[in-house]
Amino acid sequence: MTNYFLDMGRPVQFNTKVKVGNMPEGYSGEGFFATSLNKVIGLARKNSIWPLPFATSCCGIEFMALMGSHYDLARFGSERVGFSPRQCDLLMVIGTIAKKMGPVLREVYLQMAEPRWVISVGACASSGGIFDTYSVLQGVDQIIPVDVYVPGCPPRPEAILDGFMKIQDLVEKESLRRRGSERYKELLAGYGIG
Amino acid sequence: MLSMGLNNAYIQQRLTDKFPDQVTGFEEPFGLLGFSAPAVMNLKIIQFLYEDEGLKFRFLTDLTAVHYPGKQDAELAVVYLLHNLVDNIRIRFKVYTGIGKPDIFTATKIFAAANWMERETYDFFGINFVGHPNLVRILNVDEMDYFPMRKQYPLEDQGRTDKDDEMFGRS
Repeated sequence: MTNYFLDMGRPVQFNTKVKVGNMPEGYSGEGFFATSLNKVIGLARKNSIWPLPFATSCCGIEFMALMGSHYDLARFGSERVGFSPRQCDLLMVIGTIAKKMGPVLREVYLQMAEPRWVISVGACASSGGIFDTYSVLQGVDQIIPVDVYVPGCPPRPEAILDGFMKIQDLVEKESLRRRGSERYKELLAGYGIG
Repeated sequence: MLSMGLNNAYIQQRLTDKFPDQVTGFEEPFGLLGFSAPAVMNLKIIQFLYEDEGLKFRFLTDLTAVHYPGKQDAELAVVYLLHNLVDNIRIRFKVYTGIGKPDIFTATKIFAAANWMERETYDFFGINFVGHPNLVRILNVDEMDYFPMRKQYPLEDQGRTDKDDEMFGRS
């Protein structure tokens, strides 16, 4: 009997271009490595962001492409898209937010645990976009603080990736004391979150 | 074979016989029979169209309103689109009311589907459907304090401070 699988001799390709996160600056010697906790946590957080997609319209389709194999957000450590705000780190607001949906979005944001980040994807989420009208929220930053805005109508998946990498930069460099600081509390108080 | 019984001329004849001088303004744009009546007559006419064995308009396709700012004391029109599913004929029925006291009797007792549509029409045009079981806003935010589809309100949100009017073609 012939083993077709062997005979076909299909070449197997292994991905040899796997990138490993850069080691943070530090002091190393034989058997030890010392660096600041900030940097280690930043490195870990940055490469394991769990996104929560709040997708409402056409930008959501671009997000689906982003999660697919071609653009593949999983490469950035964000394979796991969560649909429970309590487990997620990054709120991705993707699409038009009607004024009536505003309180819902805000509730989702409040349910997320600190530290949390927000990316506003597309013209509508960022500014209301073409919907300069009575029923549409003119930018989600009217109700929740936003870290990164992605322009476009809709933005291509590359643009969302770029915005995501900007979030990664923020996550990596954020001080561990930021969320407890007076300034951060003032920021939240500015949105009526206390 | 198609039912040949029902056509626009027949419907118009039946309405004129039943409600002489009250059903007026017959027209047939694109073959759709349209007419209007005094606002207080709306239920009587809809009921007749529903129950009459020859007419049988028993499906409410749509119910909405139109704002005609120029029509004195008839600024708001409530439009009923009715459908006879057996003969596949549609009609359009309009009643007019003044914007000062826009009271219209609810059609919810005849068509359950009118419940949702009347709430929507109230939400956007401010028609007061007398007798509606739950006439509150349905699509807009509860805090809204005006009726956005009335034509005195511009489309854009006037509360914005972050848009430079010049950049958006306004001055």
